[in-house]
Amino acid sequence: MALKHVNAIIVGAGAGGGIVANELSQAGLSVVLLERGKWYTPFDDRKDDLRNQRTCVLGNSFGPDEERNPRVYADSRGREQVVQSNHWAYSNNAACVGGGTLSYGAMAWRFMEKDFRLRSTYGTVEGSTLEDWPITYSDLEPYYEKAEWEIGVSGDDSNNIFRAPRQRPLPMPPLPHPREHQILKPAAERLGLHPFDIPMLRNTVPYNGRGACMRCRWCVGFACEVNAKCGTQNTVIPKAISTGNCDLRTECIAREILTDERGRARGVAYFDSNNRLQQQTADLVIISCAAVESARLLLNSSSRLFPDGLGNRHDWVGRNLQGHAYTGAVGLFEQETYDDLGPGASIAICDFNHNNPGFVAGGLLANEFIRLPYQFASRGGQGVPRWGAAHKDFMRQYYRRSISVMGPMQEMPVFDSRVQLDPKVKDYWGIPVARLSGHRHQNDLLGTNFMAAKAEAWLREAGATTVLRSGPISLDGPSGGQHQAGPCRMGNDPQTSVVDKYCRIHDIDNVYVIDGSVHVNNGGFNPVLTIMAIAYYASANLLKTWKGTHVVS
Amino acid sequence: MQSGRLNRRAFLQAAIAAAAAAGTGIACSRNRTPWWFFTLDEARTLAAIADQIIPPDQDAGASWAGVVNYIDRQLCGPFQILQKTYREGLAAIDQTSRSLHGKLFADLDPPQQVALLHAVEQGFVPAAPWQQKSSAEFFRLILDHIMQGYYGDPRHGGNREGVSWKMLGIPYPPIRGRVRFNPPKLESPPRSR
Repeated sequence: MALKHVNAIIVGAGAGGGIVANELSQAGLSVVLLERGKWYTPFDDRKDDLRNQRTCVLGNSFGPDEERNPRVYADSRGREQVVQSNHWAYSNNAACVGGGTLSYGAMAWRFMEKDFRLRSTYGTVEGSTLEDWPITYSDLEPYYEKAEWEIGVSGDDSNNIFRAPRQRPLPMPPLPHPREHQILKPAAERLGLHPFDIPMLRNTVPYNGRGACMRCRWCVGFACEVNAKCGTQNTVIPKAISTGNCDLRTECIAREILTDERGRARGVAYFDSNNRLQQQTADLVIISCAAVESARLLLNSSSRLFPDGLGNRHDWVGRNLQGHAYTGAVGLFEQETYDDLGPGASIAICDFNHNNPGFVAGGLLANEFIRLPYQFASRGGQGVPRWGAAHKDFMRQYYRRSISVMGPMQEMPVFDSRVQLDPKVKDYWGIPVARLSGHRHQNDLLGTNFMAAKAEAWLREAGATTVLRSGPISLDGPSGGQHQAGPCRMGNDPQTSVVDKYCRIHDIDNVYVIDGSVHVNNGGFNPVLTIMAIAYYASANLLKTWKGTHVVS
Repeated sequence: MQSGRLNRRAFLQAAIAAAAAAGTGIACSRNRTPWWFFTLDEARTLAAIADQIIPPDQDAGASWAGVVNYIDRQLCGPFQILQKTYREGLAAIDQTSRSLHGKLFADLDPPQQVALLHAVEQGFVPAAPWQQKSSAEFFRLILDHIMQGYYGDPRHGGNREGVSWKMLGIPYPPIRGRVRFNPPKLESPPRSR
């Protein structure tokens, strides 16, 4: 039996898709929200330090499962391997209702004004497809604010003199400062830096009908068992469903976007939770599967009119895959720094996001989330005994006496870092899988070296007796990871981008891509709040142009 | 209908077989060994290695903490594809030890064991036992697994009694949430199974 036609089908119930689902259902559109994973409750999480969404040596806790969802990874020399979802090269995010927002660390950064205008600020960068965004910070500002208040952000960035202007403060105060914060703050001030409380999508006081953070040490990589971490799964998605207009279908694997003979999309073909092939027709198709899977779905939707996949007339779908090059340093102290107060990450500086000598852009630096013992033991570093009696002494001496300062370096987009369809490997449902290949830009190496040195200086000033700096990053292979972005670039020129400034695919008037894949560059920040802001912004524009069953151009 | 019934029967038989295999670990267990995957000799070698990687001192060593048990269990689960690597790698370590000292690894003196592990880590080993896999690669693998077994969650078979967490001074039990409430007092002690 054919499924009832709806106004909009959204593929992917993560940071972007969850928000779009709520905006459209509140406006009265009938919506189907497809999600390939399950809807977990806070009690499905086992707080397992070897099986979670960050340390997944025994598997991922929130999917996708290891057996049915392979990808292919190729390094710069073209050596290929088929990887499972718990392999580092897979670039996994998560597969569940809420997507990455169920188990993220929840830093809630606004990009800076310059992040939308890197090309104008720094000029052309050799070997990179760096470009200005077709939108500016001020276009997104009201939607950043909406995300902060609707999803819920705590923190205090008033001491951050580099931040972009905001109209309204954050809705919740920061958590009381843990010991690491107390040690790092005066040190940063002595160095003339501008430390402040990290904005986080986390309740610090009761908000939105949920309680406050209980400050456990299982934060990044885990679902919050007191539901204090704010994701789309406990905010906008339940709201969308409560309108009666949104039908959430979990464990549904999208196969392709269906198009008609006039070149418009008419719906999505997907495998339901019983692996039956279904066709859901809709007036609008919205792709929010996160960078790698969004690109893969577009590429898999080839037809007579679109032989290379949707939106891919000029071979830009899947290009410019980015993430973040993480770098920093670990400081070892004589005094105890560990106070067992989660989430751990608390203090940050944005002094090195821009205007650095010798390279383009930069990134924030912040203290890290609490490191569980295996993470700490397996980290290593130059001069750290890897095994034997010395290793054990090191663990006893320094596990509770160390501070880690890390940050995401803004990566330069590279045209050849890309998502393609693998010609041979297929997933459990017979759909060609994503093949990730390419390399990073030289600028990423210069930037990370610079930031690691700055992290080291901060830790030394804070009193660290030994500092273990992150080694130089490898430029081999594509970037990606949880912060994956870029392969469906937003732009005004249809020849050098995939979607327009409202996230609509250039040559199809009823297909939108709304997630991190539209980012032109990914900021020196964790990208989730920007994904959320773009989702609000794109939905608002979509609704403005929505007339009954059609979007008017 | 006839074929439907047959299909269902075939399905049930397969399901029962699968359940039995999963429940008792038939697919993975061997005769005359308490382990799911390892032979007695392999377990002995691995325990000796583990106790040099994380040696016992005032805090328990890796073998007491159940690292061998952890790896054994994972080799019948998430590490299934590494079974051959372990079988060959542990044999290669014993072969190396035999060719250098005429004894199995577990029978060497502790200083000899440490020296041999350093050689394995750096790849300064006789070529013959290590034709399939580089010794340094195998060392990195078991080093990581031993760390997981020692510092990871006890539910996976290692870190007995949370010994490494106690060593690091992390409050125990570290799991709050569902167990943060005190369980109700029982009238009589729970019956043993």
